[in-house]
Amino acid sequence: MSASVVLSSLANGVMLGGLYALVALGLTLIFGVMKIINFAHGALMMWAMYASFWLAKLGGVDPYLSLAVTLPVGFAAGYAIQRAVITPVLEAPEHNQLLMTLGLALFLENLALLAFKADPRTLLVSYSQASVSLGPILLSLPRLLAFAGALAVTLLLFLFLKFTDLGKALRAAAEERDGAALVGIPVRRVYAVAFGIGTACVTAAGAMAVPFFYVSPEVGNTLVITAFVVVVLGGMGSFAGALAGGLLVGVVESLGGLFVHGSLAQIGIFALFILVLLFKPSGLLGAPSA
Amino acid sequence: MLELEGVDVFYGDLQALHGVSLTVEASEIVTLVGGNGAGKTTMLRTVSGLLRPRRGEIRFEGRRLDRLTPDRIVEAGVVQVPEGRRLFPSLTVRENLDLGAYTRRARPARARTLEDVMARFPILRERAGQRAGSLSGGEQQMCVIARALMARPSLLMLDEPSLGLAPMVVQEIFRIIREINGRGVTVLLVEQNVRQALATSRRGYVLETGRIVLSGTGQELLESEQTLKAYLGR
Ligand SMILES: Nc1ncnc2c1ncn2[C@@H]1O[C@H](COP(=O)(O)OP(=O)(O)OP(=O)(O)O)[C@@H](O)[C@H]1O
Ligand SMILES: [Mg+2]
Repeated sequence: MSASVVLSSLANGVMLGGLYALVALGLTLIFGVMKIINFAHGALMMWAMYASFWLAKLGGVDPYLSLAVTLPVGFAAGYAIQRAVITPVLEAPEHNQLLMTLGLALFLENLALLAFKADPRTLLVSYSQASVSLGPILLSLPRLLAFAGALAVTLLLFLFLKFTDLGKALRAAAEERDGAALVGIPVRRVYAVAFGIGTACVTAAGAMAVPFFYVSPEVGNTLVITAFVVVVLGGMGSFAGALAGGLLVGVVESLGGLFVHGSLAQIGIFALFILVLLFKPSGLLGAPSA
Repeated sequence: MLELEGVDVFYGDLQALHGVSLTVEASEIVTLVGGNGAGKTTMLRTVSGLLRPRRGEIRFEGRRLDRLTPDRIVEAGVVQVPEGRRLFPSLTVRENLDLGAYTRRARPARARTLEDVMARFPILRERAGQRAGSLSGGEQQMCVIARALMARPSLLMLDEPSLGLAPMVVQEIFRIIREINGRGVTVLLVEQNVRQALATSRRGYVLETGRIVLSGTGQELLESEQTLKAYLGR
């Protein structure tokens, strides 16, 4: 195996990792703010992928351009889902919340199955097979674009949380819910915004994945399981952790693919997962639990 | 200004407040005293909209509060300094204060109020860039009070602000409360530091197992210390 193959695989792993990080970011944001594990995250991403897929297939809209429509719709959908089905179980025991998001995932998946059938579909855009060479490294162009896009979204989100009033309110509500209510932050609305943003993250990730990833009603499961691993690896609720964890998982998966075939490539991820949990249960960048 | 009338509050099947009625007039300091578990925190949380009364009414300046969400109640000018402080620990002192002025009522004047508050609590100016969680207990208490002032309250409710603080700091907190009141903010004070609190207030109420059992001027309640002792078990 030549050095350039390994290097290329490493680089493509980093690229894929950026996308995982974005999916994980949405998940970790929702968890960090509401302490709810959103099992419907993957199903929402799947719907976003279909939206971009069909807009490209039928309307000839490039997936990146389709974001102009799908991002606001994704945000609104997340906001509405929070208000309609999550808010009512906020005070409920944890298992009720799990059942709620799990039920939502099943509903969304079956709806897609009904609408689009089970067959995986792939979208070919002009740059689907294109690649860029950087010295000895061969990078897949759609992955490179997805990586850049994911980093851009992450940066925007970071700036939003750090510098805007609404972003600060979100962090405040995440840390101290009653304290937030007592300074006049409309906590429920802020929660809905968090869910909306989390959904917008997977919407973006979905559109950016479509040029190089298949779409099927189950695709969300595959991606979101990886995202769960990333979130736990990085530390539940930690932003930097999601980013680091995403990159790490992307690299491990990609390198693993060099040595073992197909879906077995993921075995490396779970091995890593178990190791981290054994030696640092709060995740790589998570605060040690009190 | 604030009126509670026959307020019942439950935690599930457990009744924590039994027909509580109480009034606070504009610009006075009223103290609510009572032993552990009497229901003081429950009462303030109910006024702030974090708990819903099952029966009774809460009115502020003639307006019903008991159907409003907590953010609307802050918007109306009723602001609480909660028990246990509840700062946003990983946010900076400055961010905590900024968030204090989150409502439409307070936001336009944020810069001016901040200047005012920093002048009153110079220590917070020094600590502005520090995480709120890294402050000492006394500094944190100043920070929560400052954060509440950022909301431009017309009624400020404080839940045991002197709890766990050194005597010097306690004196400072009471001095600040008097000063805030001197500037025209009405104060409802919950305290276990009975002597000091009643000495600071015009009127007081004694709460025992969810019922108001005694009320009067601060002086009257202080003089009936025998009764107080009985109620507070000390
Ligand atoms: N979340 C809750 N669930 C169930 N019961 C509660 C809850 N919070 C308080 N209680 C009960 O309600 C009663 C009143 O409690 P509350 O905290 O209002 O008292 P308090 O006067 O503020 O006491 P302290 O001086 O200890 O702060 C107590 O019997 C308490 O056990
Ligand atoms: Mg209390």
